[in-house]
Amino acid sequence: MVFERYVEVGRVALVNYGDSKGELVTIVDVVDGNKCLVDGAAAGGAPRQVISYSRINLTDLKVALGRGAKGKAQKAAWKAAGTQAAWDSSSWAKRLANKKTRAGLNDFSKFKVMCAKKSKSAAVAKKLKSYKK
Amino acid sequence: MAIFVATGGPKKAPKTAASKGKSPRMYPADDVPVPKKSRKATKAAPKVRGSITPGTVVILLSGHFRGKRVVCLKVLKSGLLLVSGPFKINGVPLKRVNPAYVIATSTKVDVSKVSVPASVDDAYFARSEAAASAGEEKFFKGDASKAVVSDQRKADQKAVDAALMKAVGSTPVLKQYLNAKFTLTNNDRPHNMVF
Repeated sequence: MVFERYVEVGRVALVNYGDSKGELVTIVDVVDGNKCLVDGAAAGGAPRQVISYSRINLTDLKVALGRGAKGKAQKAAWKAAGTQAAWDSSSWAKRLANKKTRAGLNDFSKFKVMCAKKSKSAAVAKKLKSYKK
Repeated sequence: MAIFVATGGPKKAPKTAASKGKSPRMYPADDVPVPKKSRKATKAAPKVRGSITPGTVVILLSGHFRGKRVVCLKVLKSGLLLVSGPFKINGVPLKRVNPAYVIATSTKVDVSKVSVPASVDDAYFARSEAAASAGEEKFFKGDASKAVVSDQRKADQKAVDAALMKAVGSTPVLKQYLNAKFTLTNNDRPHNMVF
């Protein structure tokens, strides 16, 4: 297995625990083998904090940043790299957004989603069957 | 001597003159029980939470019809909800339910065209004495008379549902929704769910 995402300055990560859960941050500095300094100034506004690696998920995205870069530099780097747009178009972000939407649906809407899913899978199964013959 | 004659017999209560503002001429020989007057004010009907309005789809949580999604038609004087399935969709007839045992959803059915007969009130649903006192002995013998739905009820149900079905039919999928039972499955957290 080859690693493709590294903990490095400029790496964009998603916080998966705590107050900033679900927010994007940029790694600004590496503290040690367990923690790094992150800042969410360019994205959701998560505060600059030292965070354990177990509480973030690394993304494919990376921006060109100097070590310990402040908010202004981060924003500029994000803008230059088009990071927000790249994240929003990723299937990961879409899945998260979808999950959020689904959680906010009322009972009737959930039922409608269920109906739509059923008719979709029925259509798929029908088509699949026609190919198998 | 004359005094005894005036009483006119031992147990006859004397005529009171209270209505004329006079005190009675005679003191009654026997104590006449008078019911104690209650000082309680007549209680207003319990308030029903704001999320339940006429037309709200509610999920029944207890009783024979638990899990059914039904339409609330109005709040009765007793504070109970008058609901209807409609009967044709999910088999729930016009019935009263305690609002404590329902989940109110945010889905509304337009019931402005549904007119509930004025006779359908709390007394309408009250059980007859005979039905309530039909003992278990009779039941186990097997000769307990079966409950018969009166023609009046059938007619009322039909009248209410006719308009209600029209209102339900105007929203796609709503009919199937009312026909489906509400259940919780794995990872469903009712306190986090939006209804």
